[in-house]
Amino acid sequence: MQSVRYEAPTSLDQAARTLLGSENAKILAGGTDLLVQMRLGLKQPGLLVDIKNIPEIMQLTLGDDALRVGAAVTGALVGEHAEARRLFPGFVEALGLIGSSQIQGRCSAGGNLCNASPAADSVPALIANRALCNIIGPAGARSVAVESFNTGPGKNCLAAGELLVSIDLPLPAHRSSDAYLRFIPRTEMDIAVAGAAVALSLDEAGICTAARVAIGAVAPTALLVTAAADALIGSALDEASLHAAAAAASAACSPITDKRGTADYRRKVVGVLVRRAAAIAKSRIEAQA
Amino acid sequence: MNMNVKTEFKYVGTRPIRPDGPDKVTGRARYGADLNVQGMIYGHIVRSPHAHAKIKSIDFSAACKLPGVLATMSADDLPEPGDRKIPGGEVEMALKTFSPVVMARKKVLYHGQAVAAVAATSPELAAEAARLVKVEYEVLPHIMDMHAAARADAPLLHDDVYTQGVDPAPTTPSNIPTQIEISTGDISKGFAEADLVVERTYFVPMCHQGYIEPHACVVQTDENGKVDIWCSTQGAFMVRTLTAAVTGIDIGRFKVTASEIGGGFGGKTTVYLEPVAVVLSLKSGRPVKMVMSRDDVFRATGPAAAAETRVKIGVTRDGRITAIETDILMDCGAYTSHPIMAGVLFNSACYRCENVRSFGREVLTNKPRVYAYRAPGIPQPVVAVECVVNEIAERLNMDPIDFRLLNAVDEGDVMAIGIPFQAIGLKQVLQEAKAHPHYTAELKAGQGRGVAVAFWINAGMQSSATINVSEDGSVNILTGNPDIGGSRASMALMAAEVLGIPVETIRPSVVDTDSVGFCDVTGGSRTTLATGGAVIKAAETLVKELRKRAAAIWSLDIEEVDWTGGMAVAKSGTGLENMNREDAATRGDKTLTLADLAARAGATGGPLCAVASHNAHNAAPSFALNICDAQVDRETGKVDILRYTCVQDAGKAIHPAYVEGQMQGGAVQGIGWALNEEYIFNEQGRLDNPGFLDYRIPVASDLPMIDTVIVEVPNPLHPYGVRGVGEVPIAPPMPAVVTAVNRAAGTRLCHLPLSPPKLLAAIEAAEAGTA
Ligand SMILES: Cc1cc2nc3c(=O)[nH]c(=O)nc-3n(C[C@H](O)[C@H](O)[C@H](O)COP(=O)(O)OP(=O)(O)OC[C@H]3O[C@@H](n4cnc5c(N)ncnc54)[C@H](O)[C@@H]3O)c2cc1C
Repeated sequence: MQSVRYEAPTSLDQAARTLLGSENAKILAGGTDLLVQMRLGLKQPGLLVDIKNIPEIMQLTLGDDALRVGAAVTGALVGEHAEARRLFPGFVEALGLIGSSQIQGRCSAGGNLCNASPAADSVPALIANRALCNIIGPAGARSVAVESFNTGPGKNCLAAGELLVSIDLPLPAHRSSDAYLRFIPRTEMDIAVAGAAVALSLDEAGICTAARVAIGAVAPTALLVTAAADALIGSALDEASLHAAAAAASAACSPITDKRGTADYRRKVVGVLVRRAAAIAKSRIEAQA
Repeated sequence: MNMNVKTEFKYVGTRPIRPDGPDKVTGRARYGADLNVQGMIYGHIVRSPHAHAKIKSIDFSAACKLPGVLATMSADDLPEPGDRKIPGGEVEMALKTFSPVVMARKKVLYHGQAVAAVAATSPELAAEAARLVKVEYEVLPHIMDMHAAARADAPLLHDDVYTQGVDPAPTTPSNIPTQIEISTGDISKGFAEADLVVERTYFVPMCHQGYIEPHACVVQTDENGKVDIWCSTQGAFMVRTLTAAVTGIDIGRFKVTASEIGGGFGGKTTVYLEPVAVVLSLKSGRPVKMVMSRDDVFRATGPAAAAETRVKIGVTRDGRITAIETDILMDCGAYTSHPIMAGVLFNSACYRCENVRSFGREVLTNKPRVYAYRAPGIPQPVVAVECVVNEIAERLNMDPIDFRLLNAVDEGDVMAIGIPFQAIGLKQVLQEAKAHPHYTAELKAGQGRGVAVAFWINAGMQSSATINVSEDGSVNILTGNPDIGGSRASMALMAAEVLGIPVETIRPSVVDTDSVGFCDVTGGSRTTLATGGAVIKAAETLVKELRKRAAAIWSLDIEEVDWTGGMAVAKSGTGLENMNREDAATRGDKTLTLADLAARAGATGGPLCAVASHNAHNAAPSFALNICDAQVDRETGKVDILRYTCVQDAGKAIHPAYVEGQMQGGAVQGIGWALNEEYIFNEQGRLDNPGFLDYRIPVASDLPMIDTVIVEVPNPLHPYGVRGVGEVPIAPPMPAVVTAVNRAAGTRLCHLPLSPPKLLAAIEAAEAGTA
């Protein structure tokens, strides 16, 4: 019978040593993916390394250049952070969509990202916001752009012994905002059939000067769609450019047909979500003082 | 048999808090998996990885080598069912459609079917041992599509199933266990008289009841041969009957205690784990606990049948129905529990029509055996009938409720199966709905409204009740019906009414099979009617005894003693109705309260108790109507239910809150079935969505507050006018939702569920003019 050991290191150093010393270790953040997968028999780690006692992993701080979200900071804490809500409403709403109140008390953006589900809700929003992943491991520290972090369903770029410490969201320029929308057949407690995040900057005349569009659940990993962003940049976000961005997103995706939706359906809906999310981001900027 | 139906009540119709409520909301209540006993071990079932296969051999040797494994079992430990019938029930059931669902014999017919079981000292060990059981299979082709299975050249699931209901009886086996047809009048004449005929075919998928509590039991056996079962069930006596039949052990050796139950909806009116746990306990000499996982529940219990219904209805220009023809093909899974019967008999029972032909066939496929789910067999064809009725009303330019009022059955009308209606409430239900502000509320663009009505026959069957009076005059009521929807509260209310004592002084209990007389299951909408009937009878018997005791104390004749306001009163004149003690005192009447008589019970003849047994032949049908407003997102196919109202004839709502609960719960389940719930099988014949993430029942935020209107047209056969209320609520939601959605979207989608991808495709087809 399988037995599982549990360790709760209190520093990054200690965590690294624990991870290196074990063949079959799994990092435990909120556990809302991992424990469910273990229960289903999909993962059978011999050691759980709980990272929630490590200060760097639990920090949520607003610096001069970026909002730093420790890898295991819960969705609920991010949701209560007024500055995070003001600066990145789309990221906060994406993270806030995960599960229910109970899940929000445990789940983290780091776990959402490292689990590498193509349907993870916070990942497109992180991509749209140019987030940077801070990683530590046997070979030292490194940083990776979030869109390169995941390499396929259930796969990420972490090497043996590496762990994600925090995620930096660079502070947005003046007159910027973001939005995230996902499609589920219900209103909650469901998994995205398609998701789309849009981050925009507008000039004083309302012309889009910068844009990032990312889509989820429609390809092996969340995708940054530069063609969709290009369709928005330079426009006044009129219907024609919104539709062009939608078409670019639909064209960029490579969805599958499964019990949650057909490929054709996902392709259509992801475009709709991009259009609607861009409109919301725009209205958020317009509502800024 | 018309009796005097009581219409003035003191306690009945009020809304006291249910006696089981505080325990349930604080977590104190004990459900199936909550019992732990000394020395208990854990059973685990080995399930088939194939949808259709021969079992060539089962090898337990590796499993048995694991330390802590104490017993194993397979169908070899159960008697061959042969052609035996299960004794006791009013409807004869073949043991061979039950025994292999508990444990497969020679063949597996669906993925997840139980093949063997092991018991070990921990759940983890038992699971590990189950993995070590080596089962050798010869895989056979599986048939998932009911049309394919119905074809004459289809591979057979069973070589001993011959279609019943065909004359002459067929000589070759088939996958169609049952064919049934009823007709009245002349169907071709009916269609010839029609000015408009609409014919459509609707598909409803296989779906699960979605009860939150998985099946669970603890079985304890002893050296004297006693078998104690604790389990989550809709009927402890049913568990006794079926477990005895499946294991071949005498009924007299069983004691079954029903735990609190976290939902059943018909799905817990049979056994899955109990016979297995009995065998494992007998073989190990230890108490055995078994709990299903959610995955097991979805794969290997009894969902509701999928069905395809073709319906053809003819009407005259002025809206009179001249002919109704239905043809149902129903997917029963691997064994039949005869889900088609009610569907064929009652699918158009709401309408007065001289020419009716209703035909149906059951088909066996490599899926779990379907079983009861609220009004079994009715929701599937009712979708078709009601959606077509809505379409006809629209094409005739008639209001859909007016159209139904014109054709609604009423007292004296005769059903297609020949039974005449007594007093019924369909017209009142229709009128209440029409008067409801929801019905005339304005709709915006992109929104649609649907209405639908439905009929359900409701069951009666057998029940018992015991009433015991304590020394202080408080009262215990014992019944054998698990309390799913608030029945303890209803039992207490009915007893309070007869005894004239405050409902709070009555303690209603659900007790084990050794402690009360036989009770059929909590199902068929029968508990308030039948078990309530037994309680009323027992209470009346007790009142008679109380009058007798008081008469003896006062040296009067029993006829000179009345029972009113919870006390015996020596009759000294008129005006006794609803008298209280002070009134009596002012009048100088002699009184003895229940407490007075309880205190003197010893001296007047012994403890005060009463028993009643009851076979309720007085069940009466009920009708329900739903109004649904829906909005459709034309770019994603997503449906929002904006407003929802249920109107239903309860006969008499003993506890109105729990009648409303039944109406709301049925509406929610029907909305789920219409929009997203469905069994999705993959190429290998395995269920692809065996969990609540992908088997999408509605969550609270998906729904508006479900408004309810209770209509009370008393059942003339019941002393308080009660009708069943638990099942009919599942029938109108699907057609109400489907009509509302199709109106909102400008589509005519007849294939449920109306999930977003399907609806979006239908919207696009409608816009392109290809639909
Ligand atoms: C009921 C329910 C509803 C859900 N709803 C949603 C939803 O709507 N949307 C959605 O996207 N997800 C949903 N999820 C999935 C899950 O909650 C999220 O993915 C969540 O963000 C995971 O975070 P966690 O902290 O719990 O991760 P964990 O489960 O602790 O970890 C997830 C994975 O990442 C690894 N990991 C964690 N932290 C690190 C690290 N610092 N470095 C390296 N590896 C690490 C773990 O080893 C594990 O493999 C739901 C889950 C449940 C149970």
